[in-house]
Amino acid sequence: MIPASFDYVRPGSLDEAVSALAEHGDEAKLLAGGHSLLPLMKLRLATPSVLVDIGRLGELSYVNDAGDHLAIGALTRHHDLHHDPVAMHHAPLLSFVAGRIGDPQVRHRGTIGGSIAHADPASDLPAAVLALGGTLVARGPGGDREIPADRFFQGFLESALTPEEVLTEIRVPKATAGHAYQKFVRRAQDWAIVGSVVARVDGRVGVALVNVGPTPVRADAVETALAGGASAAEAAELAAEGLEPPADNNATPEFRRHLARVLTARALAEAGL
Amino acid sequence: MRVKLEVNGVTHEREVEPRTLLVYFLREELGLTGTNVGCDTTSCGACTVLMDGESVKSCTVLAAQADGRSITTIEGLAEGEELHPMQRAFREHHGLQCGYCTPGMVMAAVSLVTESPDLDETHVREGLEGNLCRCTGYHNIVAAVLDAARSSREGAW
Ligand SMILES: Cc1cc2nc3c(=O)[nH]c(=O)nc-3n(C[C@H](O)[C@H](O)[C@H](O)COP(=O)(O)OP(=O)(O)OC[C@H]3O[C@@H](n4cnc5c(N)ncnc54)[C@H](O)[C@@H]3O)c2cc1C
Ligand code: FES
Ligand code: FES
Repeated sequence: MIPASFDYVRPGSLDEAVSALAEHGDEAKLLAGGHSLLPLMKLRLATPSVLVDIGRLGELSYVNDAGDHLAIGALTRHHDLHHDPVAMHHAPLLSFVAGRIGDPQVRHRGTIGGSIAHADPASDLPAAVLALGGTLVARGPGGDREIPADRFFQGFLESALTPEEVLTEIRVPKATAGHAYQKFVRRAQDWAIVGSVVARVDGRVGVALVNVGPTPVRADAVETALAGGASAAEAAELAAEGLEPPADNNATPEFRRHLARVLTARALAEAGL
Repeated sequence: MRVKLEVNGVTHEREVEPRTLLVYFLREELGLTGTNVGCDTTSCGACTVLMDGESVKSCTVLAAQADGRSITTIEGLAEGEELHPMQRAFREHHGLQCGYCTPGMVMAAVSLVTESPDLDETHVREGLEGNLCRCTGYHNIVAAVLDAARSSREGAW
Protein backbone atom coordinates (compact mmCIF):
# COMPACT_ATOMS: atom_id res chain seq x y z
CA MET A 1 0.00 0.00 0.00
CA ILE A 2 1.42 3.33 -1.06
CA PRO A 3 0.31 6.73 0.27
CA ALA A 4 -1.11 9.31 -2.14
CA SER A 5 1.49 11.77 -3.46
CA PHE A 6 2.60 14.67 -1.29
CA ASP A 7 5.35 17.25 -1.10
CA TYR A 8 7.93 16.70 1.59
CA VAL A 9 9.66 19.43 3.56
CA ARG A 10 12.13 18.99 6.36
CA PRO A 11 12.49 22.17 8.42
CA GLY A 12 15.82 22.60 10.20
CA SER A 13 14.36 24.20 13.32
CA LEU A 14 11.14 24.59 15.27
CA ASP A 15 10.71 28.14 13.95
CA GLU A 16 11.04 26.90 10.37
CA ALA A 17 8.43 24.22 11.12
CA VAL A 18 5.99 26.85 12.41
CA SER A 19 6.58 28.96 9.27
CA ALA A 20 6.07 25.92 7.03
CA LEU A 21 2.71 25.23 8.69
CA ALA A 22 1.71 28.88 8.37
CA GLU A 23 2.61 28.81 4.68
CA HIS A 24 0.76 25.60 3.79
CA GLY A 25 -2.23 25.88 6.14
CA ASP A 26 -4.41 22.84 6.68
CA GLU A 27 -3.13 21.17 3.49
CA ALA A 28 -0.06 20.31 5.57
CA LYS A 29 0.52 17.75 8.30
CA LEU A 30 3.40 17.42 10.69
CA LEU A 31 5.26 14.12 10.57
CA ALA A 32 6.92 13.03 13.83
CA GLY A 33 7.50 9.28 14.20
CA GLY A 34 4.89 8.56 11.54
CA HIS A 35 3.49 5.57 13.41
CA SER A 36 -0.06 6.89 13.47
CA LEU A 37 0.02 9.08 10.38
CA LEU A 38 1.77 6.81 7.84
CA PRO A 39 -0.57 3.83 8.45
CA LEU A 40 -3.52 6.21 7.84
CA MET A 41 -1.87 7.59 4.70
CA LYS A 42 -1.17 4.09 3.37
CA LEU A 43 -4.88 3.31 3.75
CA ARG A 44 -5.58 6.71 2.12
CA LEU A 45 -7.64 7.68 5.15
CA ALA A 46 -5.32 10.69 5.36
CA THR A 47 -4.14 12.47 2.22
CA PRO A 48 -2.18 15.58 3.23
CA SER A 49 -0.62 17.38 0.28
CA VAL A 50 2.44 18.50 2.26
CA LEU A 51 4.30 16.62 4.98
CA VAL A 52 6.40 18.74 7.32
CA ASP A 53 8.90 16.28 8.80
CA ILE A 54 9.91 17.41 12.28
CA GLY A 55 11.24 13.96 13.17
CA ARG A 56 14.85 15.12 13.39
CA LEU A 57 14.41 18.27 15.47
CA GLY A 58 16.75 17.23 18.28
CA GLU A 59 15.85 20.45 20.13
CA LEU A 60 12.44 18.85 20.88
CA SER A 61 13.75 15.56 22.24
CA TYR A 62 14.53 15.81 25.96
CA VAL A 63 13.37 14.99 29.47
CA ASN A 64 14.24 17.81 31.87
CA ASP A 65 13.84 18.21 35.61
CA ALA A 66 12.21 21.66 35.81
CA GLY A 67 11.95 21.98 39.58
CA ASP A 68 8.35 21.23 40.53
CA HIS A 69 7.58 19.49 37.25
CA LEU A 70 9.08 17.43 34.48
CA ALA A 71 9.36 18.92 30.98
CA ILE A 72 9.33 16.44 28.11
CA GLY A 73 10.09 17.46 24.54
CA ALA A 74 7.35 16.50 22.09
CA LEU A 75 9.74 14.50 19.92
CA THR A 76 10.90 12.26 22.75
CA ARG A 77 10.38 8.72 21.49
CA HIS A 78 8.49 6.14 23.56
CA HIS A 79 11.72 4.10 23.75
CA ASP A 80 13.68 7.04 25.17
CA LEU A 81 10.97 8.02 27.66
CA HIS A 82 10.78 4.42 28.85
CA HIS A 83 14.53 4.27 29.50
CA ASP A 84 15.13 7.84 30.67
CA PRO A 85 16.55 7.94 34.24
CA VAL A 86 15.03 11.38 35.03
CA ALA A 87 11.59 10.21 33.87
CA MET A 88 11.90 6.93 35.77
CA HIS A 89 12.76 8.86 38.90
CA HIS A 90 10.24 11.73 38.82
CA ALA A 91 7.43 10.44 36.62
CA PRO A 92 7.65 6.66 36.83
CA LEU A 93 4.07 6.39 35.56
CA LEU A 94 4.93 7.98 32.22
CA SER A 95 8.05 5.94 31.76
CA PHE A 96 6.14 2.74 32.57
CA VAL A 97 3.27 3.61 30.22
CA ALA A 98 5.69 4.45 27.39
CA GLY A 99 7.10 0.92 27.71
CA ARG A 100 3.62 -0.61 27.31
CA ILE A 101 2.97 0.98 23.92
CA GLY A 102 2.91 -1.28 20.86
CA ASP A 103 6.14 -3.19 20.38
CA PRO A 104 9.87 -2.31 20.35
CA GLN A 105 9.82 -1.25 16.69
CA VAL A 106 6.86 1.09 17.32
CA ARG A 107 8.59 2.51 20.40
CA HIS A 108 11.75 3.16 18.37
CA ARG A 109 9.75 5.51 16.12
CA GLY A 110 6.68 6.85 17.94
CA THR A 111 6.89 10.06 19.97
CA ILE A 112 4.99 11.40 22.97
CA GLY A 113 4.05 14.54 21.04
CA GLY A 114 2.65 12.52 18.15
CA SER A 115 0.73 10.34 20.56
CA ILE A 116 -0.84 13.32 22.35
CA ALA A 117 -1.49 15.43 19.23
CA HIS A 118 -3.12 12.47 17.46
CA ALA A 119 -5.68 12.41 20.32
CA ASP A 120 -6.64 8.78 19.84
CA PRO A 121 -8.84 7.68 22.79
CA ALA A 122 -7.25 4.21 22.53
CA SER A 123 -3.72 5.55 23.09
CA ASP A 124 -1.96 5.15 26.41
CA LEU A 125 0.02 8.35 27.01
CA PRO A 126 -2.90 10.80 26.62
CA ALA A 127 -4.74 9.18 29.55
CA ALA A 128 -1.54 9.13 31.62
CA VAL A 129 -1.00 12.86 31.05
CA LEU A 130 -4.67 13.49 31.96
CA ALA A 131 -4.42 11.50 35.19
CA LEU A 132 -1.26 13.39 36.14
CA GLY A 133 -2.96 16.73 35.44
CA GLY A 134 -0.34 17.72 32.88
CA THR A 135 -0.02 20.76 30.64
CA LEU A 136 0.69 20.87 26.92
CA VAL A 137 2.77 23.65 25.38
CA ALA A 138 2.18 24.63 21.75
CA ARG A 139 4.11 27.03 19.50
CA GLY A 140 2.20 28.88 16.79
CA PRO A 141 2.79 31.98 14.67
CA GLY A 142 1.82 34.11 17.71
CA GLY A 143 4.21 32.42 20.14
CA ASP A 144 3.78 29.84 22.90
CA ARG A 145 0.52 28.80 24.53
CA GLU A 146 -0.13 26.49 27.47
CA ILE A 147 -3.13 24.16 27.38
CA PRO A 148 -4.22 22.14 30.43
CA ALA A 149 -4.57 18.44 29.56
CA ASP A 150 -8.20 18.61 30.75
CA ARG A 151 -9.04 20.95 27.87
CA PHE A 152 -6.77 19.42 25.21
CA PHE A 153 -8.73 16.37 24.02
CA GLN A 154 -11.84 17.67 22.28
CA GLY A 155 -13.18 14.81 20.17
CA PHE A 156 -12.21 11.66 18.32
CA LEU A 157 -8.72 12.42 16.91
CA GLU A 158 -9.41 16.08 17.65
CA SER A 159 -7.23 18.21 19.89
CA ALA A 160 -7.17 21.85 20.94
CA LEU A 161 -4.23 22.49 18.58
CA THR A 162 -4.84 24.68 15.56
CA PRO A 163 -3.45 23.50 12.19
CA GLU A 164 -0.69 26.11 12.54
CA GLU A 165 0.54 24.96 15.93
CA VAL A 166 3.31 22.56 16.88
CA LEU A 167 3.06 20.78 20.21
CA THR A 168 6.49 21.39 21.72
CA GLU A 169 6.47 20.25 25.33
CA ILE A 170 4.55 18.06 27.75
CA ARG A 171 4.71 19.12 31.41
CA VAL A 172 3.70 16.83 34.25
CA PRO A 173 3.99 17.30 37.99
CA LYS A 174 6.54 15.12 39.71
CA ALA A 175 4.63 12.16 41.08
CA THR A 176 6.29 9.33 42.93
CA ALA A 177 3.72 8.47 45.61
CA GLY A 178 2.23 5.57 43.68
CA HIS A 179 0.86 4.85 40.24
CA ALA A 180 -0.53 2.08 38.07
CA TYR A 181 -1.61 1.39 34.54
CA GLN A 182 -3.97 -1.50 33.92
CA LYS A 183 -4.13 -2.14 30.18
CA PHE A 184 -6.52 -4.84 29.01
CA VAL A 185 -5.54 -6.49 25.72
CA ARG A 186 -6.23 -9.85 24.11
CA ARG A 187 -3.04 -9.95 22.05
CA ALA A 188 0.49 -8.69 22.63
CA GLN A 189 1.29 -5.40 20.85
CA ASP A 190 -2.35 -4.22 20.71
CA TRP A 191 -4.03 -1.02 21.75
CA ALA A 192 -5.98 -1.22 25.01
CA ILE A 193 -9.52 -2.57 24.75
CA VAL A 194 -9.91 -0.54 27.94
CA GLY A 195 -7.22 0.90 30.19
CA SER A 196 -7.24 2.58 33.58
CA VAL A 197 -4.46 4.88 34.80
CA VAL A 198 -4.00 5.97 38.39
CA ALA A 199 -1.57 8.67 39.48
CA ARG A 200 -1.03 9.97 43.01
CA VAL A 201 0.03 13.60 42.83
CA ASP A 202 0.46 15.88 45.87
CA GLY A 203 -2.08 14.03 47.98
CA ARG A 204 -4.60 14.01 45.11
CA VAL A 205 -5.53 10.89 43.12
CA GLY A 206 -5.94 11.24 39.35
CA VAL A 207 -7.77 8.51 37.44
CA ALA A 208 -8.16 8.42 33.66
CA LEU A 209 -9.58 5.86 31.25
CA VAL A 210 -8.46 4.65 27.83
CA ASN A 211 -10.81 3.67 24.98
CA VAL A 212 -14.18 4.19 26.64
CA GLY A 213 -15.43 7.06 24.44
CA PRO A 214 -14.38 9.55 21.75
CA THR A 215 -11.61 11.02 23.94
CA PRO A 216 -9.48 9.85 26.84
CA VAL A 217 -11.45 10.80 29.98
CA ARG A 218 -10.91 11.58 33.64
CA ALA A 219 -12.95 9.30 35.91
CA ASP A 220 -14.37 12.30 37.80
CA ALA A 221 -16.77 10.33 39.98
CA VAL A 222 -13.94 8.06 41.18
CA GLU A 223 -11.67 11.01 41.94
CA THR A 224 -14.40 12.87 43.82
CA ALA A 225 -15.36 9.81 45.86
CA LEU A 226 -11.74 9.19 46.85
CA ALA A 227 -11.28 12.84 47.80
CA GLY A 228 -14.43 12.54 49.95
CA GLY A 229 -13.01 9.58 51.86
CA ALA A 230 -14.56 6.62 49.99
CA SER A 231 -12.58 3.38 49.95
CA ALA A 232 -10.81 2.38 46.75
CA ALA A 233 -13.29 -0.45 46.20
CA GLU A 234 -16.29 1.88 46.61
CA ALA A 235 -14.77 4.51 44.36
CA ALA A 236 -13.89 2.02 41.60
CA GLU A 237 -17.57 1.02 41.38
CA LEU A 238 -18.21 4.52 39.99
CA ALA A 239 -15.64 4.25 37.19
CA ALA A 240 -18.21 3.74 34.42
CA GLU A 241 -20.46 6.61 35.52
CA GLY A 242 -21.43 8.85 32.61
CA LEU A 243 -19.57 6.74 30.03
CA GLU A 244 -20.97 5.85 26.63
CA PRO A 245 -18.30 3.44 25.44
CA PRO A 246 -18.06 2.35 21.80
CA ALA A 247 -18.92 -1.12 20.50
CA ASP A 248 -16.43 -2.92 18.25
CA ASN A 249 -15.11 -6.41 17.51
CA ASN A 250 -13.35 -6.51 20.85
CA ALA A 251 -16.03 -5.44 23.27
CA THR A 252 -19.63 -4.34 23.77
CA PRO A 253 -20.30 -1.08 25.62
CA GLU A 254 -21.45 -3.09 28.66
CA PHE A 255 -18.22 -5.13 28.70
CA ARG A 256 -16.23 -1.89 28.47
CA ARG A 257 -18.13 -0.45 31.47
CA HIS A 258 -17.37 -3.63 33.39
CA LEU A 259 -13.68 -3.40 32.43
CA ALA A 260 -13.55 0.26 33.51
CA ARG A 261 -14.71 -0.72 37.01
CA VAL A 262 -12.56 -3.83 37.37
CA LEU A 263 -9.38 -2.28 35.93
CA THR A 264 -9.82 0.85 38.06
CA ALA A 265 -10.17 -1.29 41.20
CA ARG A 266 -6.99 -3.16 40.27
CA ALA A 267 -5.11 0.03 39.41
CA LEU A 268 -6.11 1.74 42.68
CA ALA A 269 -4.95 -1.31 44.64
CA GLU A 270 -1.69 -1.46 42.70
CA ALA A 271 -1.11 2.23 43.41
CA GLY A 272 -1.37 1.46 47.13
CA LEU A 273 -4.88 2.82 47.74
CA MET B 1 13.61 14.26 -4.05
CA ARG B 2 17.17 13.01 -3.63
CA VAL B 3 17.98 10.65 -0.77
CA LYS B 4 21.30 9.24 0.31
CA LEU B 5 21.31 6.17 2.53
CA GLU B 6 24.04 3.92 3.76
CA VAL B 7 22.73 0.38 3.37
CA ASN B 8 24.83 -2.50 4.69
CA GLY B 9 27.88 -0.24 4.61
CA VAL B 10 27.41 0.98 1.02
CA THR B 11 26.17 4.50 0.26
CA HIS B 12 23.34 4.73 -2.27
CA GLU B 13 22.01 7.98 -3.69
CA ARG B 14 18.72 7.93 -5.59
CA GLU B 15 15.94 10.18 -6.85
CA VAL B 16 12.68 9.01 -5.25
CA GLU B 17 9.10 10.17 -4.83
CA PRO B 18 8.58 11.44 -1.25
CA ARG B 19 5.95 8.75 -0.72
CA THR B 20 8.44 5.92 -1.32
CA LEU B 21 8.46 3.58 1.66
CA LEU B 22 11.79 2.33 2.90
CA VAL B 23 10.89 -1.32 2.31
CA TYR B 24 10.14 -0.69 -1.37
CA PHE B 25 13.29 1.41 -1.69
CA LEU B 26 15.30 -1.55 -0.37
CA ARG B 27 13.51 -4.20 -2.41
CA GLU B 28 12.81 -2.41 -5.69
CA GLU B 29 15.50 0.28 -5.96
CA LEU B 30 18.35 -1.69 -4.43
CA GLY B 31 17.18 -5.24 -5.19
CA LEU B 32 17.61 -6.26 -1.55
CA THR B 33 14.67 -8.66 -1.45
CA GLY B 34 15.69 -10.35 1.80
CA THR B 35 13.42 -7.93 3.66
CA ASN B 36 9.87 -9.21 3.25
CA VAL B 37 6.52 -7.46 3.23
CA GLY B 38 3.94 -9.41 5.21
CA CYS B 39 0.99 -7.38 6.44
CA ASP B 40 1.98 -3.96 5.07
CA THR B 41 0.14 -2.50 8.10
CA THR B 42 2.90 -2.28 10.76
CA SER B 43 1.70 -5.41 12.52
CA CYS B 44 3.75 -8.47 11.53
CA GLY B 45 7.37 -7.31 11.68
CA ALA B 46 8.44 -9.21 8.52
CA CYS B 47 9.85 -5.94 7.14
CA THR B 48 12.02 -5.18 10.19
CA VAL B 49 15.45 -3.67 9.45
CA LEU B 50 17.91 -1.73 11.60
CA MET B 51 18.02 2.05 11.30
CA ASP B 52 21.09 3.42 13.06
CA GLY B 53 21.22 0.08 14.86
CA GLU B 54 17.61 0.01 16.09
CA SER B 55 14.78 -2.19 14.81
CA VAL B 56 12.12 -0.42 12.74
CA LYS B 57 9.29 -1.66 10.52
CA SER B 58 10.40 -0.51 7.08
CA CYS B 59 6.83 -0.63 5.69
CA THR B 60 6.09 2.34 7.95
CA VAL B 61 9.17 4.49 7.39
CA LEU B 62 9.61 6.75 4.38
CA ALA B 63 12.86 6.52 2.46
CA ALA B 64 12.94 10.28 3.09
CA GLN B 65 12.95 9.64 6.85
CA ALA B 66 15.92 7.30 6.39
CA ASP B 67 17.82 9.87 4.32
CA GLY B 68 21.34 10.26 5.73
CA ARG B 69 20.95 7.28 8.04
CA SER B 70 22.50 3.88 8.19
CA ILE B 71 20.35 0.85 7.41
CA THR B 72 21.19 -2.79 8.00
CA THR B 73 19.13 -5.51 6.31
CA ILE B 74 19.39 -9.30 6.65
CA GLU B 75 21.84 -9.26 3.70
CA GLY B 76 24.23 -7.12 5.75
CA LEU B 77 24.59 -9.38 8.78
CA ALA B 78 26.90 -12.16 7.61
CA GLU B 79 30.58 -11.48 7.05
CA GLY B 80 31.19 -13.24 3.73
CA GLU B 81 30.49 -16.93 4.30
CA GLU B 82 30.48 -16.45 8.06
CA LEU B 83 26.92 -16.20 9.40
CA HIS B 84 26.12 -13.68 12.12
CA PRO B 85 25.80 -15.41 15.54
CA MET B 86 22.04 -14.71 15.50
CA GLN B 87 21.66 -16.38 12.09
CA ARG B 88 23.77 -19.31 13.27
CA ALA B 89 21.61 -19.70 16.39
CA PHE B 90 18.40 -19.69 14.31
CA ARG B 91 19.88 -22.46 12.14
CA GLU B 92 21.17 -24.52 15.05
CA HIS B 93 17.92 -24.29 17.03
CA HIS B 94 15.66 -24.79 14.03
CA GLY B 95 14.15 -21.34 14.65
CA LEU B 96 12.41 -21.27 11.27
CA GLN B 97 10.18 -23.36 9.07
CA CYS B 98 8.89 -21.57 5.96
CA GLY B 99 11.31 -18.72 6.66
CA TYR B 100 9.01 -15.86 5.72
CA CYS B 101 9.16 -14.15 9.09
CA THR B 102 12.84 -14.98 9.58
CA PRO B 103 14.65 -11.91 8.18
CA GLY B 104 12.47 -9.59 10.27
CA MET B 105 12.65 -11.88 13.29
CA VAL B 106 16.46 -12.03 13.10
CA MET B 107 16.79 -8.23 12.74
CA ALA B 108 14.38 -7.60 15.64
CA ALA B 109 16.33 -10.10 17.74
CA VAL B 110 19.67 -8.47 16.90
CA SER B 111 18.29 -5.09 18.01
CA LEU B 112 16.83 -6.62 21.19
CA VAL B 113 20.04 -8.37 22.23
CA THR B 114 22.16 -5.33 21.38
CA GLU B 115 19.97 -3.20 23.67
CA SER B 116 19.83 -5.72 26.51
CA PRO B 117 22.21 -8.67 26.23
CA ASP B 118 21.23 -9.83 29.71
CA LEU B 119 17.74 -11.03 28.89
CA ASP B 120 15.68 -13.98 30.04
CA GLU B 121 12.94 -15.94 28.30
CA THR B 122 10.09 -13.57 29.28
CA HIS B 123 12.10 -10.61 28.07
CA VAL B 124 12.74 -12.33 24.71
CA ARG B 125 9.08 -13.19 24.25
CA GLU B 126 8.00 -9.62 25.07
CA GLY B 127 10.82 -8.13 23.02
CA LEU B 128 9.65 -10.01 19.92
CA GLU B 129 5.98 -9.12 20.32
CA GLY B 130 6.13 -7.02 17.16
CA ASN B 131 7.05 -10.06 15.03
CA LEU B 132 4.56 -12.74 14.05
CA CYS B 133 5.48 -16.28 13.01
CA ARG B 134 2.78 -18.54 11.63
CA CYS B 135 4.89 -21.71 11.64
CA THR B 136 7.20 -22.33 14.55
CA GLY B 137 5.09 -21.62 17.61
CA TYR B 138 8.00 -19.38 18.68
CA HIS B 139 9.57 -21.96 20.98
CA ASN B 140 12.71 -22.52 18.92
CA ILE B 141 12.98 -18.85 18.03
CA VAL B 142 13.13 -18.00 21.72
CA ALA B 143 15.74 -20.73 22.29
CA ALA B 144 17.82 -19.35 19.41
CA VAL B 145 17.69 -15.78 20.68
CA LEU B 146 18.62 -16.83 24.22
CA ASP B 147 21.57 -18.79 22.83
CA ALA B 148 22.72 -15.90 20.67
CA ALA B 149 22.39 -13.54 23.64
CA ARG B 150 24.64 -15.88 25.61
CA SER B 151 27.24 -15.80 22.85
CA SER B 152 27.02 -12.00 22.74
CA ARG B 153 27.66 -11.79 26.50
CA GLU B 154 30.67 -14.04 25.98
CA GLY B 155 31.99 -11.51 23.48
CA ALA B 156 31.37 -13.49 20.27
CA TRP B 157 29.55 -10.63 18.47
C1 LIG C 1 1.49 -1.51 15.31
C2 LIG C 1 1.24 -0.31 16.16
C3 LIG C 1 0.86 -0.49 17.47
C4 LIG C 1 0.62 0.61 18.29
N1 LIG C 1 0.23 0.39 19.57
C5 LIG C 1 -0.03 1.45 20.37
C6 LIG C 1 -0.42 1.25 21.72
O1 LIG C 1 -0.52 0.13 22.20
N2 LIG C 1 -0.68 2.34 22.47
C7 LIG C 1 -0.53 3.61 21.99
O2 LIG C 1 -0.76 4.56 22.73
N3 LIG C 1 -0.15 3.84 20.71
C8 LIG C 1 0.11 2.78 19.89
N4 LIG C 1 0.51 3.01 18.61
C9 LIG C 1 0.62 4.40 18.13
C10 LIG C 1 2.01 4.95 18.39
O3 LIG C 1 2.21 5.18 19.76
C11 LIG C 1 2.27 6.24 17.59
O4 LIG C 1 3.64 6.37 17.54
C12 LIG C 1 1.74 7.51 18.20
O5 LIG C 1 0.36 7.42 18.41
C13 LIG C 1 1.97 8.70 17.28
O6 LIG C 1 3.24 9.22 17.42
P1 LIG C 1 4.14 9.54 16.15
O7 LIG C 1 5.32 10.27 16.64
O8 LIG C 1 4.39 8.31 15.40
O9 LIG C 1 3.18 10.56 15.36
P2 LIG C 1 2.87 10.74 13.81
O10 LIG C 1 2.25 9.52 13.25
O11 LIG C 1 4.03 11.31 13.11
O12 LIG C 1 1.76 11.90 13.92
C14 LIG C 1 0.47 11.62 14.45
C15 LIG C 1 -0.40 12.88 14.32
O13 LIG C 1 0.02 13.89 15.21
C16 LIG C 1 0.47 15.05 14.52
N5 LIG C 1 1.69 15.48 15.22
C17 LIG C 1 2.80 14.75 15.44
N6 LIG C 1 3.68 15.46 16.19
C18 LIG C 1 3.12 16.65 16.43
C19 LIG C 1 3.53 17.80 17.16
N7 LIG C 1 4.70 17.85 17.81
N8 LIG C 1 2.70 18.87 17.20
C20 LIG C 1 1.49 18.85 16.56
N9 LIG C 1 1.04 17.77 15.88
C21 LIG C 1 1.85 16.68 15.81
C22 LIG C 1 0.69 14.62 13.10
O14 LIG C 1 0.48 15.67 12.19
C23 LIG C 1 -0.34 13.52 12.94
O15 LIG C 1 -1.60 14.07 12.67
C24 LIG C 1 0.78 1.93 17.78
C25 LIG C 1 1.17 2.12 16.47
C26 LIG C 1 1.39 1.02 15.65
C27 LIG C 1 1.81 1.25 14.24
S1 FES D 1 5.07 -5.72 6.54
FE1 FES D 1 5.77 -4.19 7.90
S2 FES D 1 5.01 -4.86 9.75
FE2 FES D 1 4.14 -6.32 8.40
S1 FES E 1 8.87 -19.63 9.84
FE1 FES E 1 7.06 -19.45 8.67
S2 FES E 1 6.26 -17.58 9.43
FE2 FES E 1 7.89 -17.93 10.78
